[in-house]
Amino acid sequence: MATNAASLATSSTPLATNARSFRRQHRIGRAVIYGSLFFMAAFYLMPLWVMITTSVKHLDEIYAGSFIGLPQQISFDAWRTAWSEACNGTACKGLKPYFINSLLLTIPAVIMSTGIGAINGYVITKWRFPGSNVIFGLLLFGCFLPFQAVILPMAQTLGILGLAGSLPGLVLVHTVYGIAFTTLFFRNYFVSIPDELVRAAKIDGAGFIRIFVSIMLPAALPIIVVSCIWQFTQIWNDYLFGASFTAGENAPITVALNNIVNVSMGRKEYNVDMAAAMIAALPTLFVYVVAGRYFVRGLTAGAVKG
Amino acid sequence: MSTLEIDRARKLYGELEVLKEVSISIGTGDFLVLLGPSGCGKSTLLNMIAGLEEISGGEIRIAGKVVNDLSPKDRDIAMVFQSYALYPTMTVRQNIEFGMKIRGVPQAERDKAVKTAADLLQMTHLLNRKPSQLSGGQRQRVAMGRAIVRQPKLFLFDEPLSNLDAKLRVDMRTEIKRLHARLGTTIVYVTHDQIEAMTLATRVAVMKDGVVQHLDDPQSVYDRPANVYVAKFVGSPSMNIIPAKLEVKEGRAVAVIDIPGAAPTELAGIPVSSQAAAKYAGRRVLVGIRPELFSLAGAQSAQKLSVNIDVVEPTGPDTLALFQAGGVEVTARVPPRAVAARTPATLAVDTAKIVLFDAETEQRID
Repeated sequence: MATNAASLATSSTPLATNARSFRRQHRIGRAVIYGSLFFMAAFYLMPLWVMITTSVKHLDEIYAGSFIGLPQQISFDAWRTAWSEACNGTACKGLKPYFINSLLLTIPAVIMSTGIGAINGYVITKWRFPGSNVIFGLLLFGCFLPFQAVILPMAQTLGILGLAGSLPGLVLVHTVYGIAFTTLFFRNYFVSIPDELVRAAKIDGAGFIRIFVSIMLPAALPIIVVSCIWQFTQIWNDYLFGASFTAGENAPITVALNNIVNVSMGRKEYNVDMAAAMIAALPTLFVYVVAGRYFVRGLTAGAVKG
Repeated sequence: MSTLEIDRARKLYGELEVLKEVSISIGTGDFLVLLGPSGCGKSTLLNMIAGLEEISGGEIRIAGKVVNDLSPKDRDIAMVFQSYALYPTMTVRQNIEFGMKIRGVPQAERDKAVKTAADLLQMTHLLNRKPSQLSGGQRQRVAMGRAIVRQPKLFLFDEPLSNLDAKLRVDMRTEIKRLHARLGTTIVYVTHDQIEAMTLATRVAVMKDGVVQHLDDPQSVYDRPANVYVAKFVGSPSMNIIPAKLEVKEGRAVAVIDIPGAAPTELAGIPVSSQAAAKYAGRRVLVGIRPELFSLAGAQSAQKLSVNIDVVEPTGPDTLALFQAGGVEVTARVPPRAVAARTPATLAVDTAKIVLFDAETEQRID
């Protein structure tokens, strides 16, 4: 065997040389591709890297000029400060109460907007009525409406309803604003479910609600996940509505984060700022990691068939 | 009793009338097939019977009861859809018992009904599977099982076999026929496939443009079609419709057909009444001859056509021979290797089964 292999190796015909050079080129190509991919990824992750390392450094170390390098000593003091002690101009209670505010705001708004979007999509695709297409068109229009355009009328409405400056008011704003998107998601998904299913269920004796709960919703799991992720990200990360329609104690985490970062007494505490920003970003990150697979699947399912 | 009476039923979409005063009546145990091309209104009619489409005019009665204003669930019907319409997130068992669950049938009874239906359709081993794990034929069986457990007065089938491949379609057709024989229920079945209509039906309604063209038992529809449309729609290859001139000789009707490159040929022994023969004497008519009414002429053959065969198409059991007569292409079904292309042949015609049509109205002449 060994001699065979040796003789094969020495008797390099032009063909073999070609094959070898081809393989070498192939390897180089791969190296270039992976190299640039790693470079891009590193470049993209740079801000995250800076945030994480800065958040666990001592303030002295940061001011000494080490911004990108590894921390000499890891300390989670800044995280604790950001969570429970940081000052936002009025009080020094950290992000914790505002984090809870955001949860109290986001969870009901996500559930309500997704629920209403599901019912809308169901009605628009399976219980068509004269003018249902026009209504869908108007809802679609809502997707392109910028936040800024609705602030004034929203504020007036909240004032009339007596919800101005409160968390329930902000829940209402996000629910209403989100319906356009969630309706679009569910409409595109339900369009791909054959109408004959609804007819079969009608003959089986199922009514409007029964068909929705027993047949449509179980089949819509991927798009429910998409809608929840989308709405969660939108509402959690929203700053403008939060800043416009709440004040003080009722502010969501994004507003509180802004206040903490912008208020400085003495030296600016970069490590606390970074930790606070990380805390504010973690829930959306968490949602993507847990349900991201469904997100892509659900989006493509709706897009291809819709 | 599970009769179905459709009494001058109409369907309008705005100004558009898709069903024009359709009247059909069938008795208990009948198998009615609504046959026609797409857009003829057959599925609309079925949906009106089911209660999925509103009835714009007229009446539909199931077992003597007017159902116009009843919702589907109160009509005592079950339906099998073209796409099977199985609930995708439920198992086969859940699919079958969904309707019973809604009607509040107790668990023990549901289990029994599911078992009976599963045994009948030989799908006991499939009960815990999801529809996505089933083949087309199995899905079809589940859809039928879901209909059977309902024990309805009326079964409705909406093109149930058209999503299956050819082989399976034939098998399932037999299965549906067997099921009908065993359960003895009244069935309304929509299809565009005339073979399905012929094999399954006890009554066929051939439809076109929202009008029933012919309603009768399948053999009668085949033998004595009401008009040229029905004649051409039912049967494959379809009936030859040959322009000819009707003459009366010694009080009997004779059809004179032009044959290219030969003298006009007379065919006698056509079954029409003497009044009709007198009325159409000397006028142009359409002669309807099924391909199998032709045969190779023997010594005793009375009625014969001498023609030039253009093309032969062997199908196995027999051969289709195509030739020109009366200005149209005519197909004859003859034994294999009986004739050759581009050669003359003399064909006998069984004129007792010929059907005559009016050249203008295209209606059958009796």
